[in-house]
Amino acid sequence: MKRALHEHQPASFAFNADMQARAERIIAKYPAGRQRSAVIPLLDLAQRQEGWVTKPAIEVIAQMLSMPSIRVLEVATFYTMFNLAPLGKHNIQVCTSLSCMLRGSDDVVRACKDRLGIGMGGTTPDGQFSLHEVECAGACVNAPVVAVNDDYYEDVDGAGIWKIIEGFKTGNKPKPGPINGRDASAPIGPALTLTEDPTKPIPKQDFAAAKAAFEKAKAEAAAKAAAPKN
Amino acid sequence: MPKLTIDGVQVEVAPNTTILQAAEVAGSEIPRFCYHDRLSIAGNCRMCLVEVEKSPKPVASCAMPVAEGMVVHTKSPRANKARAGVMEFLLINHPLDCPICDQGGECDLQDQAMAYGFDRGRFDENKRSVPDKNMGPLIETSMNRCIHCTRCVRFATEIAGVPELGATGRGEDMEITTYLEKSVASELSGNVVDLCPVGALTSKPYAFNARPWELRKTESIDVLDAVGTNVRVDSRGREVMRVLPRINEDINEEWLADKSRHACDGLRYQRVDRPYVRIAGKLQPATWQEAFDAIAGRIGGVSGDKIAAIAGDLVDVEAMYALKGLMASLGSRNIDCRQDGAALDASVRASYIFNSTIAGIEQADSLLIIGANPRTEAPILNARIRKRFLKGGFKVGVIGEVGDLSYPTMQIGTTADLIAGRKSPEGSKNGMIIVGMGALARPDGAAILAAARKTAEENGLIRDDWNGFNVLHTAAGRVGGLDVGFVPGPGARDVNAILDSATKGEIEVVYLLGADEIDTAKLGKAFVIYQGHHGDRGAHRADVILPGAAYTEKDATYVNTEGRVQRANRAVFPPGEAREDWTIIRALSAVLGKTLPYDSLSQLRAALMGEHPVFTTLDAIQKAEWKPFGKEGSISATPLKSPIANYYMTDPISRNSRTMAQCTEEFVHGRPSSPSVQKTGTHG
Repeated sequence: MKRALHEHQPASFAFNADMQARAERIIAKYPAGRQRSAVIPLLDLAQRQEGWVTKPAIEVIAQMLSMPSIRVLEVATFYTMFNLAPLGKHNIQVCTSLSCMLRGSDDVVRACKDRLGIGMGGTTPDGQFSLHEVECAGACVNAPVVAVNDDYYEDVDGAGIWKIIEGFKTGNKPKPGPINGRDASAPIGPALTLTEDPTKPIPKQDFAAAKAAFEKAKAEAAAKAAAPKN
Repeated sequence: MPKLTIDGVQVEVAPNTTILQAAEVAGSEIPRFCYHDRLSIAGNCRMCLVEVEKSPKPVASCAMPVAEGMVVHTKSPRANKARAGVMEFLLINHPLDCPICDQGGECDLQDQAMAYGFDRGRFDENKRSVPDKNMGPLIETSMNRCIHCTRCVRFATEIAGVPELGATGRGEDMEITTYLEKSVASELSGNVVDLCPVGALTSKPYAFNARPWELRKTESIDVLDAVGTNVRVDSRGREVMRVLPRINEDINEEWLADKSRHACDGLRYQRVDRPYVRIAGKLQPATWQEAFDAIAGRIGGVSGDKIAAIAGDLVDVEAMYALKGLMASLGSRNIDCRQDGAALDASVRASYIFNSTIAGIEQADSLLIIGANPRTEAPILNARIRKRFLKGGFKVGVIGEVGDLSYPTMQIGTTADLIAGRKSPEGSKNGMIIVGMGALARPDGAAILAAARKTAEENGLIRDDWNGFNVLHTAAGRVGGLDVGFVPGPGARDVNAILDSATKGEIEVVYLLGADEIDTAKLGKAFVIYQGHHGDRGAHRADVILPGAAYTEKDATYVNTEGRVQRANRAVFPPGEAREDWTIIRALSAVLGKTLPYDSLSQLRAALMGEHPVFTTLDAIQKAEWKPFGKEGSISATPLKSPIANYYMTDPISRNSRTMAQCTEEFVHGRPSSPSVQKTGTHG
């Protein structure tokens, strides 16, 4: 997808008081003369405030960091998480990388498209939802993963995403995290490993006996292999 | 000093040298696209891959520093195979449009594809298409051809100091563009065309005009500013097609300013190609004989002190020397080569040249600019100041009104009274002072010159090993004129006095040798002889026009602002009946019965060198002796201002250039003439 500034741009941009204070805190982190290092966090702040990165925002940030506008534009067009066009209120980002695809992200994508009536990169006419395909979200252990704005919904399937979208539609934001009742990436149901009480000392193991048993088994296997077959 | 072996040749190079540079020392040339010696290292084209023993992979030689005992193979099968692979990837998206590409015949990609290219494409997918970008009236873009070497981006950011170019997007969607497709507003923008290794950025005025193998190449000197940039004039038949820079480390490195590069179309328009004589108030075409007769008829009987001569900004040394001789034989000492009335003292050479030299700027550690705007008056010299600034530890102070010089400056003030008592910044040893024509071409110019000299002396800028006093000229002919002494003799009239007396009728005959930047209304009723190459301001007022040759049309000597004597060579013949300037003056002298004592250029040059030994040394700097100069006096409070308001139009050639007119529209008046059109390479 071509990443370029959107056709329709607002006339101006200014950080609100809160964002301005945050921006100043971020800029102050960098040594004098290296303020332009703050360009990525500042673009992020602008995106959080406006929902997307606008041309006036790029220029304001360039001025704040005394760097040429083109350098800020380069950064904004390079990183795909900067949105260069207005988005819906809820940006649904479905991971379709390897792990999620193997675990059924195709169903999730289909469900999103069916439910919202839009394609990848589209926004619903009411401005509520946008749908995007993203690269690995880094939560493969809970694949398939869907991020809605900043929140991860994990272990999602077709029916699950349907319910999540329904929740957003009715104004009841679903609880982020695994939707199948898992606690983070712990197994569903009883634990099968690491069942011991971690507060108790680990029972002493008899390594000598274990080694002797191993040697014995090895010798037996060797004898069995050497024995003539009948 | 690490020793390494490159293709079996052992070399010892300085630490931190790259393999590519070491290979040049060892005599092996490594192909490259993104690497350029004057730009920072990017290492993104991968064409310079070489095989280094004990390295598991081929190494990008442009970015790899040498190490002790390295064994490098630049032509091994492995290195060649790696480059062939890189070339195949580059050609995946590069269009096969060499027959309609302006770079054809001088294209790095074309040349290197001959060596490393595969004769078939194995890539069945569509090539990507990229909309062309608007970069202004000088740079034509064809972005499908771009291989993303980023040389243009680095040039704009580092050398030109206008960080307007950049690469947006990533991966396959990466595109080189200016911010919002604004034109590149730099006086050095034309150089990105030379830097582009493919045909993505080409010269817009030169588009589809000629192929490099049709052009006759003449090495010459540029005269549109006083830097004396070394150029190569490419001509076809009688026309100058383009002007390109030549490498001269002491002057222009390998850059060329936009006016010098692109004003050459002005050599085609408004040329004076035959003599004219004003008869009954109207200029009528005439023969040489008629023109000379008209002059002889008017001059005969006029006493010498009622005759004056003014030499213009583009005039060569030979013509001024000949005219000086002619005026002397007519008994006139009213001659001046300082059209703008600059208070330059011809008797002390150190007072009017750029003593530190352009290359010497790199040894300076502080700079005070007085009444000059190096960015518009001498962009090449300004690039050198910026180069010095980038090395760090360099402070620039400015007295006068200047805008952005592409490096940070400290504005001290705008009036010249601030010069007196200025101290070099603390710890500065090799300070420099640049005095511009904006400070000297004023009634109090001599006082400012004296104040600048005093400040230079007080700060210890004048030593045996360093001379920090510099005058930055705007006219290519000026230093030459001062060197031949084309200035009024004792008690005679200088340019302002000539014009005043002409208004009053005290001067009856004025000989304008290419002088167009004077107030011609002040010439009053004087009989005006104009010798020059363009029908510009001087010719409009003239009573007799003698058609001369432009700088590409004569073998001539010019002295740049450093005092470096250089020779320009004839690339094409002057149009019509126009002649080389010194021959016109020599012929006129015979008609006037005051025949000058030389019949050929070599005889003239011999006489010139005999009289002015400074011209015996070519292309080198001669140190000038430091003597007192300037005249102390009161300095007015008028702000100092550069004489150049519009960089793109300063002389008859650039005023008649259509390209420069477009640049003026776009960059001076801010009216973009080329609307940004979205199109790909397949559109018309």
